[in-house]
Amino acid sequence: MAVDNRLSAIGGDAPASTNGERPAPRVNDLAFKIGTVNGTGSASANGLLRSAIFRMGIPVSGKNLFPSNIQGLPTWYEIRANGDGHTARTARFDMVVAMNPATYERDVKEVTPGGWVMYDSSWPLPRDLDRNDVTFLGIPLAKMTVDNFKGSRVRILMKNICYVGALAALLDIDLDIVRTLLKETFAAKAKLLDANFLAIDLGYDYAREHFDCPLPVRLAPMDGNEDSIVIDGNTAAALGCVYAGATVAAWYPITPSTSLVDAFTGFCHQFRKDPETGRNRFAIIQAEDELAAAGMVIGAAWAGARAFTSTSGAGLSLMSEFIGLAYYAEVPSVFFDVQRVGPSTGMPTRTQQGDIQFAAYASHGDTRHIVIFPANPHECFDFAVGAFDLAERFQTPVFVLTDLDIGMNDWVIPKLEWDDSYRPDRGKVLTAEELEAATGPFHRYLDVDGDGIPWRTLPGVHPNGAYLTRGSGHDRYGNYTEDSEPYADVLARVGRKIDGAAPHLPAPEIRLRDGAKIGLVTIGGCRGAVLEAVDELVERGIEADYMRVRAFPFHPDIEPFLAAHEVNFVIEQNRDGQLRKLLIAETDAEKAALVSIRYYGGYPMSCHHVMDGLARHIDIGADSGPREAAALGAAAPGAAP
Amino acid sequence: MSYIKKPRVHHPGLTRNRLGLTRRDYEGTMSTLCAGCGHDSITAAIIEAFWELEIAPHEVAKTSGIGCSGKTPTYFLKEAHGFNGVHGRMPSITTGAHAANRELVCIGVSGDGDSLSIGMGQFAHVVRRNVDMLYIIENNGVYGLTKGQFSASADVGSTAKRGQVNREHPIDSVLLSLNLGAGFVARSFSGDKEQLVPILKAGLRHRGFALIDVISPCVTFNDHRGSTKSYQYTRDNYNQLVYADFVPPAEEIAASFEAGDVRSVQMHDGSRIAFRKVPDDYDPTDRDQVYGYIRERQRAGEVATGLLYVEEAPQEGEHSDFHGLQATVDEPLSSYPFEDLCPGADTLERLQERFR
Ligand SMILES: Cc1ncc(C[n+]2csc(CCOP(=O)(O)OP(=O)(O)O)c2C)c(N)n1
Ligand code: SF4
Ligand SMILES: [Mg+2]
Repeated sequence: MAVDNRLSAIGGDAPASTNGERPAPRVNDLAFKIGTVNGTGSASANGLLRSAIFRMGIPVSGKNLFPSNIQGLPTWYEIRANGDGHTARTARFDMVVAMNPATYERDVKEVTPGGWVMYDSSWPLPRDLDRNDVTFLGIPLAKMTVDNFKGSRVRILMKNICYVGALAALLDIDLDIVRTLLKETFAAKAKLLDANFLAIDLGYDYAREHFDCPLPVRLAPMDGNEDSIVIDGNTAAALGCVYAGATVAAWYPITPSTSLVDAFTGFCHQFRKDPETGRNRFAIIQAEDELAAAGMVIGAAWAGARAFTSTSGAGLSLMSEFIGLAYYAEVPSVFFDVQRVGPSTGMPTRTQQGDIQFAAYASHGDTRHIVIFPANPHECFDFAVGAFDLAERFQTPVFVLTDLDIGMNDWVIPKLEWDDSYRPDRGKVLTAEELEAATGPFHRYLDVDGDGIPWRTLPGVHPNGAYLTRGSGHDRYGNYTEDSEPYADVLARVGRKIDGAAPHLPAPEIRLRDGAKIGLVTIGGCRGAVLEAVDELVERGIEADYMRVRAFPFHPDIEPFLAAHEVNFVIEQNRDGQLRKLLIAETDAEKAALVSIRYYGGYPMSCHHVMDGLARHIDIGADSGPREAAALGAAAPGAAP
Repeated sequence: MSYIKKPRVHHPGLTRNRLGLTRRDYEGTMSTLCAGCGHDSITAAIIEAFWELEIAPHEVAKTSGIGCSGKTPTYFLKEAHGFNGVHGRMPSITTGAHAANRELVCIGVSGDGDSLSIGMGQFAHVVRRNVDMLYIIENNGVYGLTKGQFSASADVGSTAKRGQVNREHPIDSVLLSLNLGAGFVARSFSGDKEQLVPILKAGLRHRGFALIDVISPCVTFNDHRGSTKSYQYTRDNYNQLVYADFVPPAEEIAASFEAGDVRSVQMHDGSRIAFRKVPDDYDPTDRDQVYGYIRERQRAGEVATGLLYVEEAPQEGEHSDFHGLQATVDEPLSSYPFEDLCPGADTLERLQERFR
């Protein structure tokens, strides 16, 4: 009997209770979830696991589902390893490491039938948690750490390392790699290293002695990561800012964007100190609020620096008056919006793509902005550099829209590359020499070249370049106006300028398949989930084309893709189908040909969300609905019909 | 307002400063403010101060918020870049510009509504950040541009044109900035050019944040009986508490001052401020005392004016102005060579070992 099996596991030496069918052996295709308590130091243990799997050469992702809290609330870390490179979030967990009694109930529910629950058997599990279709692996972690370590903090930390050891045995994670990683981390702290080694062994040995190791679902070394790194999007974006030559950053702390400026600060201290004087070749200003941050960026960019801010939805709302100013006065400026769940404070530590429409038209009046949408940290780096070039080329605010999942989670991506011949595109800026040689007066908003982009001058350079930048009505010469024609003339030209940017923005990522009749259209971090869905559809005999929008205003390649399919499923993470609405508003695509698939519950999108959404509209074969209902459970209520 | 364009020709008799520029060269376009507006007198004083200081106009960045006051940067220094941004946010624009290019001489013009209502947060923070700028509040006790509503600087008991009485406590930018740690705090009157010009000059030369709150009557909405920001009221209750002269580095303090009267304070660039007519018990470098003194004069119904407080320039070590605190390089960030900003491909390659 299942219940008895489990109970017997609690009392003494806790052997595995082997409930249900043993799943078929599976190598390098698994996902597990670790439920802990915020503030207990589990992050480093979880990172250790993720790094070890990465070093085994297996594509892997780590997703941190954390609360808006410093200590005490539940937090989860999900690891998915997949030899085919599918590392989007999954809702199918082969194993749950349940370290937080407060969430035992929902954690146990989330294990796939046939899977495993590892828990701390120092205390008995509540009876009502039983499931007869999963296997419970009890390990007396607390007891082991109390017996072997001194001090409550050390014990808490070593308990985490113990479960890493146990998982290494169960999943066949290379112990040498784990030890090497620990050595790298604790190179200067021999005592800590010894403790960590001991904790690893305790967990490892216990699992080997009591369970049938490795489990049939396990890992094996491969060579999938030779040219890859593990990095989060905020770090990559910050690095992009450093490489782009950004010198002024102004910001106000807000999750999940804070770590972008933190990383920028770190890199600047590493790479941007004058070697002789030790002085800074950068200025990072923690502003009093996001209004001020936006103003500082605009002021700095106006004065000729590459300047940026990093924020999230609430901050972008506060910046919107300034965004209109930068648009109309044509000041190059870069805004990173690491999206989180809104509206209002929403769920600040959860992810969403809820600012797409807002960013596209941020501020009052006729405004329309360049927005670029990286899908992963690799694009965060590239697009960060590109954002500064675009901002200066088109003299306008540029928004880089990422989200909490991209920004704060660990992604395996191809190594970042840099071409030393890169030089910033500062756009049309007149030099002192050019101004000195000028025969006539300088006119800031005159469309000299017919491309809608006027010439710019910087303060302090030359008296012939002077003009007054203003958010109030101005004519093409830069003078104040309240007359309709000169006002409309400038506004129309600015509109043309933004239209003209479309072909110069990142083109959509398109993957076509022979015989495909449907299109899957997506954006940003949904990429992985949608590509996985494309593969899964193929397995079910359905061909689908794929397109990921990477910028707004829409690239000329987007409309033909939409027109080529009777149905395009527009897959995104917000309630209102914002990308779909933008496509309807800004292309000639038929409204009926764009069918919305949304998930907005706050966790990263998974392939299952896509398949479920598709199943509501087309026949994709059996096996989708019920599994989802169970797998997503109460944790993901946001799947929209 | 007037639609007459200014003549373009230079009057041969106009005196030139050492840059060869006349006062005309420091002017802007024709003012569109009401005739008699205090703001226009301040503009004239600004022009005089820049001309006397012999600052090349194009080295200046002039910024402003929104309001009648916000319009004034158009009326001076036409050869300087200007930025008339959004309401109450001039400080952040200026902070950014100064961060990017520390060589710019920054002057920001704001109104009492612009700084003390909508822009109160930014005002407070630009003070504590000690941005190297001259910050002028053209203080008329009302929102001029939106037609005469009370501003946050309106005194208790002051009446509006239509007779309403203000009952809310005023925010005093001078007391506030003393509290916030400003290193240079002054109050003046648009009608007293003799006092105003030297203070503007000293403020422009002060390294770090310099505030000058200038009572600047709004002839259209706040110049009636019962207003405490009218020309009449200001003249009647004016107390020229501290008279300061600005003395450039090379010059001697004028002998005309009676020796005992003169107290001089050294500025970072070697220039000095010579105080005269200072009450015996008044020390313009003692923040607490200055604070108390101004409060006392206010209780007596007086408007204490002059260069009320100035911090002596630090003699050694990093200066505590914005760039001192930021420890930035001497050269402007805006034109720093890209080669020295970008770490390059090899570094990126090495750096990524950290992410494996
Ligand atoms: C966000 C915003 N709110 C309101 C206004 C309208 N507005 C323009 S000027 C002004 C008040 C200006 O008063 P003050 O700063 O004292 O300047 P003054 O006109 O008296 O010189 C207001 C409320 C605006 N421009 N922007
Ligand atoms: S309304 Fe008042 S502040 Fe505005 S221009 Fe007229 S007098 Fe000056
Ligand atoms: Mg006013």
